[in-house]
Amino acid sequence: MIVFQKPKALTDAVLHYCPGCTHGIVHRLVAEAIDELGIQGRTVGVAPVGCSVMAYNYFACDMIEAAHGRAPAVATGVKRAMPENIVFTYQGDGDLASIGMCETVHAAARGENITIIFINNAIYGMTGGQMAPTTLPGQVTQTSPYGRDVATQGHPIRVCELLSQLDGPAYLERVTVNNVKNVRNAKKAILKAFKNQVEGKGFSLVEVVSSCPTNWGMTPQKALEWIDEKMLPYYPLGVYRDKEA
Amino acid sequence: MAKLTVNEELCKGCGLCVGACPKHILALSKSKLNKKGHSPVELQKPEDCIGCAFCATMCPDCVITVEK
Amino acid sequence: MQEKVLMKGNEAIAEAAILAGCRHYFGYPITPQTEVAAYMAKKMPKIGGVFLQAESEIAAINMVYGVASTGKRAMTSSSSPGIALKCEGISYLAGADLPALIVNVQRGGPGLGGIQPSQSDYFLATRGPGHGDFHVIVLAPASVQEMADMTQLGFGLADKYRTPVMLLADGTMGQMMEPVVLPEPQEIAVEKPWAACGTKMEREHNIVNSLYLSPSELERTNLERFERYAQIERDEVRWEEYCMEDAEICIVSCGITARISRNAIVEARKRGIKVGMLRPITLWPFPKAALAAAAEKVKSFISVELNMGQMKEDVELAIRCKRPVHLCSRVGGMIPSPEEILAKIEEVAKEGGC
Repeated sequence: MIVFQKPKALTDAVLHYCPGCTHGIVHRLVAEAIDELGIQGRTVGVAPVGCSVMAYNYFACDMIEAAHGRAPAVATGVKRAMPENIVFTYQGDGDLASIGMCETVHAAARGENITIIFINNAIYGMTGGQMAPTTLPGQVTQTSPYGRDVATQGHPIRVCELLSQLDGPAYLERVTVNNVKNVRNAKKAILKAFKNQVEGKGFSLVEVVSSCPTNWGMTPQKALEWIDEKMLPYYPLGVYRDKEA
Repeated sequence: MAKLTVNEELCKGCGLCVGACPKHILALSKSKLNKKGHSPVELQKPEDCIGCAFCATMCPDCVITVEK
Repeated sequence: MQEKVLMKGNEAIAEAAILAGCRHYFGYPITPQTEVAAYMAKKMPKIGGVFLQAESEIAAINMVYGVASTGKRAMTSSSSPGIALKCEGISYLAGADLPALIVNVQRGGPGLGGIQPSQSDYFLATRGPGHGDFHVIVLAPASVQEMADMTQLGFGLADKYRTPVMLLADGTMGQMMEPVVLPEPQEIAVEKPWAACGTKMEREHNIVNSLYLSPSELERTNLERFERYAQIERDEVRWEEYCMEDAEICIVSCGITARISRNAIVEARKRGIKVGMLRPITLWPFPKAALAAAAEKVKSFISVELNMGQMKEDVELAIRCKRPVHLCSRVGGMIPSPEEILAKIEEVAKEGGC
């Protein structure tokens, strides 16, 4: 009996991500959720600009590539045009929390019945490791070479906490994928975020604290440990909104 | 008995599975390189595999299939 | 046949869009086009359509992108500063070959400018509103009737050629009231097998996209798009001629200034000046051949416009500078009177224009 294999909602395309990048894990969890809910035929995904720009090649459902930060607006259009379809965006921190913050906040405020998978790895990966809105204080990046100085470069943004101030969202949870237990929890959260949409519950966002071994300058394994040591103290895991609970 | 299959050509040799294996029976190959130039993961002691799929759970590239 | 009704230009656009089967409108308040949004806000919920006041012009055009990706008709409307914000999205629509209607009821600029009528987005519209190598079809209505007709035409052309279409009106057109016979309800005539509307597990996944990292592939998509543009330039050029049979001076003007020019032409002819007008209806594609043909007959041209001579450049290009092209314009929201245009006609005639 097969106990683990690649989900059907992923295509056979080879992921372009760096070795040990956790984007691959999250892609798989999204695909597993789509498989388990049996919604591939009516799901439309919206890819961002950033490392996961080519997510449209990896998910076997219909896919749309959006302009940088605009995925929640594009997803709003898709969902309003086809309310019976399941619409999700997959966005990184630069896309969702910097250039696209306006679209994110307003989609949440409207309670759009969409699912957002938000990858927070505290850096711009695709462009080679620049400071992100979620880069930690003191963290060295290409554009914060002396460490992020909050006096001049501002403070990181905690997206779940920020959105939890709005009445619109139905479900907000922050998870991570740095060990087996956390991956399983992340899976539950992502599945719930899709199930919420199927059940018409409204805006669901899962923030996945992720690693970027290449731009953090660490081995993949060390990067997972760094999540525990540095990321999670600033970005506590947990449910920030659950209208069911 | 559990059976673990690795799609060696797709493996990027990141080692996340190695760190996740509770039986410590996975290792990156010291002798092989795949077409992309990565050292793929290898199961050192197939008879000790318990089919927990921890390795596959942590694999970012869906390289591992686990049967029991 | 629909009956004749009295409507504001902006409202005629909204009603014609609904008759064209558009059920998705996204907008953001800006003068002088807000009546489009207000009309949609009232009407859409009653007919099962979607009116959404977006958080920004940028969000609105991207919502249009989302709806267009599913194969349904969508539109947004704005005025000059708002259109500038939408340019990113228009470029993505063009890059992904998506049909959509964008209405620009122009006001004066640059910057915040003013709220009075203008034609100063001529360059912005006709040169490809956004980054990259592309065009949108640009329609320039000169009456409330044309506001309605061109809204329908715009949706049809957008679907046919898989391109964004811009209805380039000016504040006067948006605000004026005139009798209008609304067009008959229109069906979407083309199949959209490329739409991202769910595979239903019956086909491979569709990808709506404008990213091509391989230069040769990106070149191929650009060349393919320009083949379509060539077809548009061949088949979709629209213009109207007035008193051109014996004209020695040709006025070139669109929108509100074309209407004022008509009055000036009537007056000039009473004074014995043989003047006519060529009114471009499509600004892209521009009626180059018609102007080149006119250049064989007339002695000079006068471009009458509400900007500092943006269309004048296209006239000069179209006629290969074969005849002098004079400019008669007001800007900043000012509109030339028939007398001002008449004075220009007389001046050109005196210089030997006829």
